[in-house]
Amino acid sequence: MDISFTQEHNELRQTVRRFLENDSSEAIVRKVMETESGYDARTWERLGSELSLVGLIIPEKNGGAGLGPVELAIVFEEMGRTLYCGPYLASAVLAASIVKDAATEAEKAKLLPEIASGKTIATLAVAEESGKANPDTVAMRAAKDGSGYKLDGVKNFVLDGHNSAVILVVARDENGLGLFRVEGNAKGLERAQLPTLDLTRKLANLTFKATAATKISDGDITKALRHTLTLGVAMLAAEQVGSAQRCLEMSTEYAKTRLQFGRPIGSYQAIKHKCADMLVETEFARSAAYNAAFALTENDVAEAEEAAAIAKSYCSDAAYKAAAENIQIHGGMGFTWEHPAHLYFKRARANSMLFGDAAEHRLKLAAVLEL
Amino acid sequence: MAKEITEADLRARVRKLLEDAHPDKVDQFTFRGKQYDHGLALVHFPEGYGGLGISPGMQAIVHDELSKNAKTLYDDMMINAIGIGMCMPTVLTHGTQWMKDTLLRRIFTGEDIWCQMFSEPSAGSDVAGLATRAVREGDYWVVNGQKVWTSLAHVSKWGMLLARTNPDAPKHAGLSYFLLDMQSPGVEVRPLHQITGEAEFNEIFFTDVKIPADRMMGKEGEGWKGAITTLMNERTAIGGAGAPRKGSGSIGVLIGLWKARAKGQFSPEAEILMRDRITKLYIEAELLRMTSQRARSSRKAGNPGPEGSVSKLAQAELNKRIWECAMDVLGPDSLVYEPGYARRRPTSRARESRTALSKYQFLRARANSIEGGTSEVMKNILGERVLGLPGEPRSDKDIPWKDIPRGV
Repeated sequence: MDISFTQEHNELRQTVRRFLENDSSEAIVRKVMETESGYDARTWERLGSELSLVGLIIPEKNGGAGLGPVELAIVFEEMGRTLYCGPYLASAVLAASIVKDAATEAEKAKLLPEIASGKTIATLAVAEESGKANPDTVAMRAAKDGSGYKLDGVKNFVLDGHNSAVILVVARDENGLGLFRVEGNAKGLERAQLPTLDLTRKLANLTFKATAATKISDGDITKALRHTLTLGVAMLAAEQVGSAQRCLEMSTEYAKTRLQFGRPIGSYQAIKHKCADMLVETEFARSAAYNAAFALTENDVAEAEEAAAIAKSYCSDAAYKAAAENIQIHGGMGFTWEHPAHLYFKRARANSMLFGDAAEHRLKLAAVLEL
Repeated sequence: MAKEITEADLRARVRKLLEDAHPDKVDQFTFRGKQYDHGLALVHFPEGYGGLGISPGMQAIVHDELSKNAKTLYDDMMINAIGIGMCMPTVLTHGTQWMKDTLLRRIFTGEDIWCQMFSEPSAGSDVAGLATRAVREGDYWVVNGQKVWTSLAHVSKWGMLLARTNPDAPKHAGLSYFLLDMQSPGVEVRPLHQITGEAEFNEIFFTDVKIPADRMMGKEGEGWKGAITTLMNERTAIGGAGAPRKGSGSIGVLIGLWKARAKGQFSPEAEILMRDRITKLYIEAELLRMTSQRARSSRKAGNPGPEGSVSKLAQAELNKRIWECAMDVLGPDSLVYEPGYARRRPTSRARESRTALSKYQFLRARANSIEGGTSEVMKNILGERVLGLPGEPRSDKDIPWKDIPRGV
């Protein structure tokens, strides 16, 4: 499989980069991260309607752009560079993907166009008390309630869970795992926004008390769920590449211009080597993330899952290290609130914990490799 | 050099102090003032200046006798850590008679909080390259410039200021040391917010600040000597608490968090990995503790060796790794940051849970490898000064400070 980018890929990257330079500048990120919603409505609207990025992987017949994981990864890398704050992972990826792969045609026709335009922000709720998002740990049961269902239990660490209009809940019913649609303002649904380490990404714990839900899937959705989670993991990895790259750029720029003892600190081998190490790891991370994205365009589930495990584990470590070294290279300034280094550090740290940490993904990979 | 007083005699002196003023009956300023007058404040200080001129190791006896006979102790170094640990020795060595007679006692009692102003935005690792300028005008020195990373500046009465009085001299030779009244017109203190949101430190801006000429400590152009005295005492200022217990501190917290983990949080294989990781960190923490203890013993015996120089570097890097591991032990809960990022002065964290404190420490620890000397500089020092390896070519020695490239 050849990891190479087309002219269209490069144009997409430039378009997204220019857009985010304006709409996700550092000043905007700092402002938006302090808001309860955690996103700017106008920017989100433009992402949806003007740039067609929210519906990037939604089929054209459902109002989307009909593109795939590689294009999506490019968007994520660019968003990682600027720490874009908004429900993109939740709505444009997790919700869009699970609906696309698991919902009935009728439900798809209803929901996908709304997600694609950005009008309806949706999110996927899988993890429960343990915080682990995988099919085996789902214990919540959906109980039949007249023509619909009701849900009881908790879903934790839900991305943008506190202000999504639609929550897509994975729960068990008579067919195995099913996908259930819950309106954000449903009776019996309590949404508690969490104070996050990473202010640029909002999470919520959801408590369901006999909450009304509509089943929108047919049969067992485990396969579709695994695919959606693999996609989410790969996109996070691409985002981590973007933030690692930005940290490398910040460190290098500072090392060139900061003088101590009469010379730029980049002229000291210790600093130079740190930057070189960051370069090697960022390039490997880039390979890992795009390998996963390309693998997801093919039909080999096992190959895609292996690639995603490689990507999530490697990119988590690489992005965290780059962010940590970025602080260190900046000295005292890197420790201040005013300098952006801590924002990248917190995002890298949080990302390394979302959807399984590096060690877990390596264990998964070791099992697949039959080590 | 130091006098000899027997332990019994010293204890008798403490009891005499307690007859004069008992901490259970009087306030901090009164008691500590009397403690100073009795020479029991810092026993290694000269008589007449809070001490008895004996070995510093005997201070522990004073503490012990006090704790046997009083419930209230008023002995927390943090009352005025920088003032007592760093400023008092500096004033004693380089201060004027007026400063020694008037100010020393008030530092010890805590009536006057002190700060030290060295670092600047463009002078961190290279603090001797600092640019804050003091120009002589009649009976005053007029100061313009900026300092950064100053703890307690916002509550300090006095500060020790290192400023450049001769830009034409090589950098170390053009500095002078001043005693600054922090209430002087033109001194502006601003909180410096950090990764955790709060502001432990400050930025200080000086605009035409006038310092009386007789407030210089030491001679003009010899400020670096005074700075060395101050910096030499930095370790004692914060580290003097005595030997840590085995398994205490951050490694103890990590182990506690691990033992309290939810059942099933880690798969059996992940548990094996984590246990090995925590065990390695435990080993390093223990070895750090032992090496610091060896260093203390060697210093006491007058035989300081390389073991004394490695702890700052080792401690900083180990601490970061311990707290990273703690976050991994907390798992998905590490996504939550309940301490919050309120932009305010530090408040007491006494009532925070162990989990919340650990998350805070994880962020705070990022500065361990930067403050008080970056790990990179510490490695250079170990390589050059301890191992005697050749230094890198220096382009800033022996040329006028004003000719050294400084960047923005």
